[in-house]
Amino acid sequence: MRAKVHVFLKPGVLDVQGKAVENALHGLGWSGVEGVRVGRTIEFDLKSTDAASAETEVKAMCEKLLANTVIESYRVELA
Amino acid sequence: MKAAVIVFPGSNCDRDCKVAIERSTGASVDMVWHGESALPAGLDLIVLPGGFSYGDYLRCGAMAALSPVMAEVKAAALRGVATVGICNGFQVLCEAGLLPGALLRNERLKYVCKPVALEVTNAQTRYTAGYGGRREVTMTVGNGEGNFFADDATLDRLEGEGQVVFRYLDNPNGSARDIAGIVNAQGNILGMMPHPDRAFEAELGSADGALLFQSALASA
Repeated sequence: MRAKVHVFLKPGVLDVQGKAVENALHGLGWSGVEGVRVGRTIEFDLKSTDAASAETEVKAMCEKLLANTVIESYRVELA
Repeated sequence: MKAAVIVFPGSNCDRDCKVAIERSTGASVDMVWHGESALPAGLDLIVLPGGFSYGDYLRCGAMAALSPVMAEVKAAALRGVATVGICNGFQVLCEAGLLPGALLRNERLKYVCKPVALEVTNAQTRYTAGYGGRREVTMTVGNGEGNFFADDATLDRLEGEGQVVFRYLDNPNGSARDIAGIVNAQGNILGMMPHPDRAFEAELGSADGALLFQSALASA
């Protein structure tokens, strides 16, 4: 099973990197771009074949290491 | 008096901290590698130094917070041993859950390296008692992710309980409520972005950092 974890700064937390990318896109002429957020994706294989237990496991990894829930939110995809 | 400086792979202010503590307090300072499973006995002060532990991988301080020695540091800090995280060390303390909040990318995306004027917001802590009536001190910052963040309820609590120890007089990085350094509720764990270890004798432009180390050990 392949896990993908998407980590982004929470909506209320200023994403200065996203803001800089947004300004750059505006500079290139894409003036309709708004709300750019820069996050990260972490991918890995899991030996588990049970989707429910895999999800519980990956969420625990997010809480413990992959995301800092003071400032970040995460989304888990399993395939 | 006995102190330890924890050395993570990528720490770069560990030597500075050792020299700063030795010269300003006369304490003996052990350098403790992050992979150790025990701390030296009888420590009066533990310092997590500045730098780029683990190359800032994942998040600043995130990997260091899980280093083997951190279990011992946590236990000692929770027992009441004076524990100071400076710059990257502050990030490690937040990641380890020993202090509330987190350090975000600087507001203007710029690495800021300069002397800064700080307000001694709480002069009653074990780290600031030595400043006496002085309300303003100078130390150097050097950080790209020093922008302190916490939710409003946490910020209100930090302010209300006197846990804000230092504030920037001219905020260099966008930190919430100009916060430069905080202590935990018990007052023994201090995290700060400015470097007392770069301000321990007049030749460095300021000796104000020496008083912090002296205060920490005077109350040990």
